[in-house]
Amino acid sequence: MSYAVEIQGLSKHFRLYHEKYTSLKERVLHAGNLPYDDFWALQDVTVNIEAGKTIGVLGRNGSGKSTLLKCIAGILQPSSGQVIVRGQLAAMLELGAGMQPELSGRENIYLNGSLLGLSRREIDRRFDEIVAFAELEQFIDNQVRYYSSGMYVRLGFAVAVNVDPDVLLVDEVLAVGDERFQQKCLDKVSEFQEEGRTIIVVSHSPDMMRQICEEIIVMDHGHVLTVAPPGEAIRIFRDSLIAADAAQAEQEDEFGARSTVQRQVEITEVGLEFPGAGERTYLVTGDSLRVRAKLVTAHAIPGARFGLTLLNERNETVFGAQSDALSGGDVLDPGERDISFVFDTVPLLDGRFTVNVDVRDSHSMMLANAEPAATFEVMNPGRSVGMFSLAMRTELDGQTISSSV
Amino acid sequence: MVAEDEFEDPESVASATLAPILDASGRGDLPARIVSARVRLRPRLREIWKSRELVVFLIRKELKVKYKGSFLGFIWSMINPAIVLMVYYVVFRYFLRTAVPEFALYLFSGLLVWNFFGVTLGGASSAIVRNAGIVKKVSFPREILAISQVGTSLVFFFFQFLVLVLFLIGFRYAPAWGYLPLLLGALLDLVIFTTALSIFLSAANVYLRDVQHLIDVILQAWFWGVPIIYSYNRVYHHAHWLGYLFLADPITPIVLSFQRALYGHVAPLGYGYANGASGPVLANYPYHFYVAMLGWVFLASVVLLLASLLVFGRLEGNFAEEL
Repeated sequence: MSYAVEIQGLSKHFRLYHEKYTSLKERVLHAGNLPYDDFWALQDVTVNIEAGKTIGVLGRNGSGKSTLLKCIAGILQPSSGQVIVRGQLAAMLELGAGMQPELSGRENIYLNGSLLGLSRREIDRRFDEIVAFAELEQFIDNQVRYYSSGMYVRLGFAVAVNVDPDVLLVDEVLAVGDERFQQKCLDKVSEFQEEGRTIIVVSHSPDMMRQICEEIIVMDHGHVLTVAPPGEAIRIFRDSLIAADAAQAEQEDEFGARSTVQRQVEITEVGLEFPGAGERTYLVTGDSLRVRAKLVTAHAIPGARFGLTLLNERNETVFGAQSDALSGGDVLDPGERDISFVFDTVPLLDGRFTVNVDVRDSHSMMLANAEPAATFEVMNPGRSVGMFSLAMRTELDGQTISSSV
Repeated sequence: MVAEDEFEDPESVASATLAPILDASGRGDLPARIVSARVRLRPRLREIWKSRELVVFLIRKELKVKYKGSFLGFIWSMINPAIVLMVYYVVFRYFLRTAVPEFALYLFSGLLVWNFFGVTLGGASSAIVRNAGIVKKVSFPREILAISQVGTSLVFFFFQFLVLVLFLIGFRYAPAWGYLPLLLGALLDLVIFTTALSIFLSAANVYLRDVQHLIDVILQAWFWGVPIIYSYNRVYHHAHWLGYLFLADPITPIVLSFQRALYGHVAPLGYGYANGASGPVLANYPYHFYVAMLGWVFLASVVLLLASLLVFGRLEGNFAEEL
């Protein structure tokens, strides 16, 4: 087994100065007592990446994933530890970095290619291919300053992928350009995969990662949380997000509590049950779910309705429904009541979801709500992407060749 | 934390622990590159050498971008030194009545060196900061940015040299033929010395932005400390120790060599009196003395260059954060 990239005990330390002094006067004035915070962007990271694999790096903002990529690329020097990279490396951290607006597309291809480590002869040989990939045949002798941002990015990408790297580093850049060009980039990525090149991708988008990566490194606060196959890794990533949110919520609660007034109607408790999940603390696509809420009311509510809303991470409503009003003269008596919302199967693919629960009177006036009442996570064990799992069968000449549920 | 000593040398790690590596595409042995906090000179020099084509592209870019859209274009690179030459000539020849005969030629030989030196340091000190965009996003030996600044100035130097040659032909001056080989050594010294300072300053300026302004001021003063407008002999006759002090400045022997080779013919024995008045113009040093001086400057410059590469390597680690 050969490794394309070996990361050995890598640490990167930043000093975050409260104020940045770059002039001589300021440096002299503040010599010796510059206030700064120590910040470890990476702490003792050790990961070996096998040649020919596609690896994702997932983590929150500030978790150290971009620092890791920059260390591998050699843009940042580690504070300690080292990275061994075998073979030609190309880093796509920002497409078109180093493009000179004053120069023509042709001149920029030579300059940029040479920055990325190509010789003039190699660029000569690949020139037509680069131009064709960027779809800039007509404009190649125009100054780059007249290019649209799309053309700019295409040119940058075309040069970068034609470096013919053994190890390719990609930072978020696959998310640029229009949809067709994005597809072209993804095609290029799978072409690289087939050719046995090593690819390391950093992204915020778990969906894209799931599609192209074989393994994912999850980073948190400069540490490696786990290295695992996509489904598992994405779940662990989400868990780390929840943990961070919870810590933050605890701080905010001190202020929040004061605003709570004694209410006549109150949802005191909301719990989730995963009947089919066993020991698991998360759902797997297709599991059943029961949302249980406790309601305390000081007076009777005629024609009460109970509502539930499901939100995804971007706070978009995935699903929402209200029960029918309690009919006619039926009245919700004062006291403590139990409400359950039951889902026999949850066809959600994956993500973290928030449940909101509310109670309304017969005029749909909201009497009480719990928001957010609870959150749960769904892990997608398969390779399908999107929001929902729809049962699908693929038939070829009438023969079922695969099915997804 | 892993002990650093375990990873002595990239090659030895690669060969010891992972004998011949075959990657999935069957490309065979792949060269290993190590990113670590340690600064080693040999791999740095190798990387720079590998990027020589990049230097050419960057020089070409610099030349193209600098005068793009201006009407006179490249001619501007000649106008500035021409004006400087003219002003000094008029002031010192007619107002201050310099004792140096054929003053224009004398001045030109020295200014040629100084223009190269001054312009390069001025540009190189801000080279990394100006190119922050690529320094933060692309991995390449960053010394290249300072080096290509030297290269760009070298192009201008040759144009000015060409003008000087036309000058000599036009006014029918003959250079000191026997001393002409000094030019090669002097130019080599000049390039190495300037490169060393450029690399150091470009890195220092990232941390201390004063450097780029400070260097302008220092250059102003430095200029008057080099015998370009006045003659070295004047300094030497004023006080011998002062003469030796001047020679300790690497630029002085270089300037003297240029003057000796290009202008020296005017006073072949080193006693060019102007109107029989004030004193000798050029030091009456024999050829081998110049060679020895240039040899010392060469050694000092090479040491300085290696030192500045090491310092650069140290400072380079935090460029991306400081920019």
